[in-house]
Amino acid sequence: MVKTSNLSSFLWEDAPDENKFSECVHCGMCLEACPTYQETGLEHHSPRGRVYLIKSAAEGKLQLNNYFKEPIDSCLACRACETACPSGVQVGALIEETRGQLYHATPAKGAGRVVQKLFLRDIFPSPKRMQLLGKMTRLYQKSGLQSSARKLKLLRVLPAHLQEMEAALPKLKTSPLLGRGGELYSAYGEKRATVAMITGCVMDVVYSDVNEATLNVLRRNGCDVWIPKAQKCCGALHLHAGDREQAKQLAKHNIDVFLSNEVDAIIINAAGCGSTLKEYDELLKNDVRYAERSHLFAEKTKDVSEFLVDLGLIAPKGKLDMKVTYHDACHLAHAQGIRQAPREILEMIPGLVVEAMPDSDRCCGSAGIYNITQPEMASQLLERKMNDIPSGCDAVAMGNPGCMMQFQVGVVKHHRSEQIVHTIQLLNDAYEREDSDGGMPT
Amino acid sequence: MIDAPLDEKRKQQMIDALSRVVGKKSILYRYEDVMAYECDGYTIHKGLPAAVVFPSNTEEVAAIVSYLHQQQIPFIPRGAGTGLSGGATALNGEVIISLVRMNKLLHVDYDNRRAVVQPGYINLKLSNSIASKGYYYAPDPSSQATCTIGGNVGENAGGAHCLKYGVTTNHVLGLEVVLPNGQIRRFGGTLDTPGYDVLGLLTGSEGTLAIVTEITVRILKKPQEVSTVLALFDKVTDASQAASDIIACGIIPAALEMMDAMAIHGVESGNYPVGYPKDLAAVLIIEVDGIAAGLQEQIEEIMQVCKNHHVREVRKAKDAAERARWWANRKTAFGAMGTISPDYLVQDGVIPRSKLPEVLERIGQISKQYGLRIANVFHAGDGNLHPLILFDSRVEGETERAVEAGSAVLKACADAGGSITGEHGVGVEKMEDMRFIFNDIEIEAQMQLRDVFNPNSLCNPHKMFPKPARCVEMKRLSRKVPAVNI
Repeated sequence: MVKTSNLSSFLWEDAPDENKFSECVHCGMCLEACPTYQETGLEHHSPRGRVYLIKSAAEGKLQLNNYFKEPIDSCLACRACETACPSGVQVGALIEETRGQLYHATPAKGAGRVVQKLFLRDIFPSPKRMQLLGKMTRLYQKSGLQSSARKLKLLRVLPAHLQEMEAALPKLKTSPLLGRGGELYSAYGEKRATVAMITGCVMDVVYSDVNEATLNVLRRNGCDVWIPKAQKCCGALHLHAGDREQAKQLAKHNIDVFLSNEVDAIIINAAGCGSTLKEYDELLKNDVRYAERSHLFAEKTKDVSEFLVDLGLIAPKGKLDMKVTYHDACHLAHAQGIRQAPREILEMIPGLVVEAMPDSDRCCGSAGIYNITQPEMASQLLERKMNDIPSGCDAVAMGNPGCMMQFQVGVVKHHRSEQIVHTIQLLNDAYEREDSDGGMPT
Repeated sequence: MIDAPLDEKRKQQMIDALSRVVGKKSILYRYEDVMAYECDGYTIHKGLPAAVVFPSNTEEVAAIVSYLHQQQIPFIPRGAGTGLSGGATALNGEVIISLVRMNKLLHVDYDNRRAVVQPGYINLKLSNSIASKGYYYAPDPSSQATCTIGGNVGENAGGAHCLKYGVTTNHVLGLEVVLPNGQIRRFGGTLDTPGYDVLGLLTGSEGTLAIVTEITVRILKKPQEVSTVLALFDKVTDASQAASDIIACGIIPAALEMMDAMAIHGVESGNYPVGYPKDLAAVLIIEVDGIAAGLQEQIEEIMQVCKNHHVREVRKAKDAAERARWWANRKTAFGAMGTISPDYLVQDGVIPRSKLPEVLERIGQISKQYGLRIANVFHAGDGNLHPLILFDSRVEGETERAVEAGSAVLKACADAGGSITGEHGVGVEKMEDMRFIFNDIEIEAQMQLRDVFNPNSLCNPHKMFPKPARCVEMKRLSRKVPAVNI
């Protein structure tokens, strides 16, 4: 038998790690955890099948062509399989590494290439351009252009799933938090910690109110908050798309920025970003200059819910008379193992009734830009998700902007009335209710 | 029967014909697409299928099989592909008929305690679906979260709780099958039917007699109470003697499981650790269930037996969550071997309980002899051993050695008055080892039985029986076996 690496079809840097795929013993315990396998029943669209294909390519039995690419692309990278796997095979990392190889082997062509370059290389890495995109969207919504476009049915030139997204796009009310004011915000009351905050790209443009809530909640819990203006996109979308080079650039930039000051934790409220940030050490494992600092950065990064619960959340006194259910974002539950903290936060809000959602940790189909690139599968998963929302809920809470947008599409498309909120927004609402009931915080 | 791979022209004709039955979206044949179907849970022998076809109902299965029968193209039924003996592997380029899209729970009859499912329905989903009414489906293979009930029937699957409740065959009340000539037949359906026990014959036939398309299973009322004990031992012999004595004193536990030091090392490195002490030699998980009254006495008796055998620590699960943790750890034991070895071969020997200590010692010798680590996980209560032979297929000659060691383990089981498989089936893995327990005449008798259903061995050929075929088989090739109508 020949050592696999000699024949490998993976020719570029950061090839899928043999130690990762050789851990898979082909038991199949992951199959039913995988949303794409549940939908299709296809072995090559299951985690075990994908790992087998990756292993086969490493042995030179498969070429990196479009037929190989299809099941790799269809992976949501939701990592539900990692929770199910007895051996803890890192399927998510293997998929990302394989996409990195495919990025070189099967480069996007034509319009796809233009769009990919525009978003991954030009817009996302630049906070200014992201904000410009946000401004343009706000202008589109406010100027009457949106209503005219809808009236004149101009949007029909778009594919159906993009029309659905346009229809569901929340009204962008406020400008992004990043760069709005100063960099430093002091704790309300007694100081308990110093933290840095990552504002995220989509979160800050589409849901800047969630960022406002996060800032407020952190300050209420005794945190001095630093929001460095020089921060950039975390690189998650690049990593998902296989553009590892750009992802590494962004990672190094952020490490330099955030480690330039002493903080107790680096806070993120977007699960997708959080899981990437916590894995900067994996991304930069071959870069000796960043080995130590990427590890330190990863260790300091905390999801806002886990950080607050670990710190000891100051219980809100304001009452919210609502019934909510909670959706586990894949990159919170499966990638970061955070399931209890958000639920504990919700449980601490007076008046709030929390009803469990069945299969709450099954992917909603958002998965980064999956809902744009694989609309059919995303739409099937969204429909299942909508059917899982318990009846009579006023809101669905979650911890990731991608999921929030996907749920918003679902609510509009299926004519439902639930509010889609970030867990931290409910907490912030409870604090604000407390203020209006009994004076401002001291 | 066509034994050589199909030529391109015939393959294309077949794909066109099968596409007309199931639609173009329900058939795979491109090299890249069928690669993942090269093996099931048993990875030592592999083979690429000519195609994988996904019927969605019995009629489609019948139409597919009729065509393949007419063309004399061999085929294999496949469920989730979690089998551990290679039963669903297309060694000679057969067509795989995947039943995963026939995955519905068709009917639950609580009054008569039975449920009707399609073959691709997942084992655990049945228990989950009927749990709110207080019922469950008893056979619980460790892969129950992903394996299909059709596959369970094919392999006569067991599980941790089969000690008290019996294996799959004790829970199958009726079957609808498609015979290898494409005809649809039904067997059983009521509690007992006169004549031969055809259900018993079909259950565990490993896809060599027919393709199961609908199953009526028995469902059970959940026990009033469940209690689980964990016992940690410093010596394997103490643990195995305790296991034997628990049964000997008249208790029939719902489950009685054991893991040795290497197995514990594996599961503790995996995703579901319990936190066992590192220097442990063996652990027993003993579960009793039933009417609440009297259960506590049984638990005390079990704990006493463990104490009689120098147990280091023995305690009862404090709640359902703790019990679930212990079971999650045990049930992921095979898969967790990936953390300590890139490959494993799991064996499935059965021995009389009282022979446990001596056979374990023999397995230890085999491990040394072949220079391969062996982890032992087993259903101690019914003497069903699962030695996991750890190897690295990338190292020259190690796969062959693992296979030989596996065979030696089965020989030891057979010599101790046991058998070569308890629940995983013979498949491709243990064909030769059948000779440890059957002579030529006995094997020939079984093959004649197969011929009644599957005269040209079109359905899952080259499985279960040793090869090269004996002289009888050679003679058989020279004459055409007449098809028998059932």
